[in-house]
Amino acid sequence: MRDVHVDQIAETIARLVQDANFKLEQDVTDAISRAKSLEEAPVGQAILLQITENYTIADTERVPMCQDTGVALVFLEIGQDVHLVGGSLTEAVNRGVATGYKEGYLRMSMLNDPINRVNTKDNTPAMIYTDIVPGDQVKVKVDCKGGGSENMSQLKMLPPSAGWEGAKRFIVETVANAGPNACPPLIVGVGIGGNFDKSALLAKKSLLRHVGAPHPDPEWAAREQELIEEINKLGVGPMGLGGTVTALAVHVEFFGCHITALPVAVNIECHSHRHKEAVL
Amino acid sequence: MAKVYITTPLTEEQVRGVKAGDEVYITGAIYTARDAAHKRMIEDLEAGRSLPFDTQGAVIYYVGPTPPKPGQVIGSAGPTTSYRMDKFTPEMLRQGVKGVIGKGYRSDEVKAGFVEHGAVYLVSTGGAGALLARTIEQAEVVAYEDLGAEAVRRLTVKEFPTVCIHDASGGDQYYTGQSQWVKPDAMVKPKKPEAGE
Repeated sequence: MRDVHVDQIAETIARLVQDANFKLEQDVTDAISRAKSLEEAPVGQAILLQITENYTIADTERVPMCQDTGVALVFLEIGQDVHLVGGSLTEAVNRGVATGYKEGYLRMSMLNDPINRVNTKDNTPAMIYTDIVPGDQVKVKVDCKGGGSENMSQLKMLPPSAGWEGAKRFIVETVANAGPNACPPLIVGVGIGGNFDKSALLAKKSLLRHVGAPHPDPEWAAREQELIEEINKLGVGPMGLGGTVTALAVHVEFFGCHITALPVAVNIECHSHRHKEAVL
Repeated sequence: MAKVYITTPLTEEQVRGVKAGDEVYITGAIYTARDAAHKRMIEDLEAGRSLPFDTQGAVIYYVGPTPPKPGQVIGSAGPTTSYRMDKFTPEMLRQGVKGVIGKGYRSDEVKAGFVEHGAVYLVSTGGAGALLARTIEQAEVVAYEDLGAEAVRRLTVKEFPTVCIHDASGGDQYYTGQSQWVKPDAMVKPKKPEAGE
């Protein structure tokens, strides 16, 4: 067993939420560069230029690239030989989020209750996802997820007879309905199979994949390719003003499911895909 | 696509000079309001109280900025998604508001409102909050300070960059722009506007 103090996790999260909001990872900037080489519409090119100028300013001045500094999604892959010491893990994660958002002058967007709607003023609670994995390390992944793209996400329990064609139609329609609202060019995360909540979780986790990396299974990689081609036919383009690049990438994750079921979840991410990770 | 420079408060003539698809650069005072501030303003009107700013010819910007770092006028300040204000926009247009800035699709009722009241819907680039903040020269809270990022602020902007989506004659640039690039075999086609030119 290896001891990891939860304060170390809190400090790491405080740093990662700031870094994520100030500086895009190279997988995202590379995807935006690819979009620039593919976009045919002049107005689309102009938007991509603004996006590039914006993330350059954010990096240089260490200011948030977007005013929606997001919900803090914290993914913890905890080695099964790790012993977490020093107090509650959940409290430590939330402490890290609160500290990072305050120190970084990030926007506090979280409410205590979806109906009463009082701001908690420290951007907690974080969304915490834990996985127990082999080993004696803790991997901390942070994604600061904006509300505009999250609101355009959809989940549907399709009948099995809908098959791949039905799933594809639902995914493409979800992106078309999102249009400019979700800040395209998008990263489209898809979860197929499992059950109601598993499909949503798969869609969310697919967003953490290196942007544009294909699924390791060639059959699923081909389906991802089919989806991005269909999505980029829509003409939505950067910020919905018309163009040939509506999605930067489509990531699909699948899981086995019940004989009655074909759940499909589509989790939309904007072009400002703010993710960071560290290993403790 | 023309470049149009406008100064607030907007006159009818200025509004008529803006067409869907134009690049529109705004100079002068604009007022921030998002979901919570719109709800408060409508409640104020229903209670017979006056609104926190003069709405005649006013431009509202749907934004909740990040807090300024020491030495900054304002933090990052890009647009939020507009449809969440659809419920409140017709009343704001009746109050004399002539322009709103946000991003994304509007309801048919709101689109009809721009035509009926002679107003324009402008969008700026979502996620470009650091870049857009450079055009903001002054910022001060004028109402609902308890709402934090969602308080109503008066921003003094210089050539704040936008694109006109809906003009006062029913033009719809999302439809026009996307129609130009949609492929004939696309699974979904851009949504045709109900009314307009």
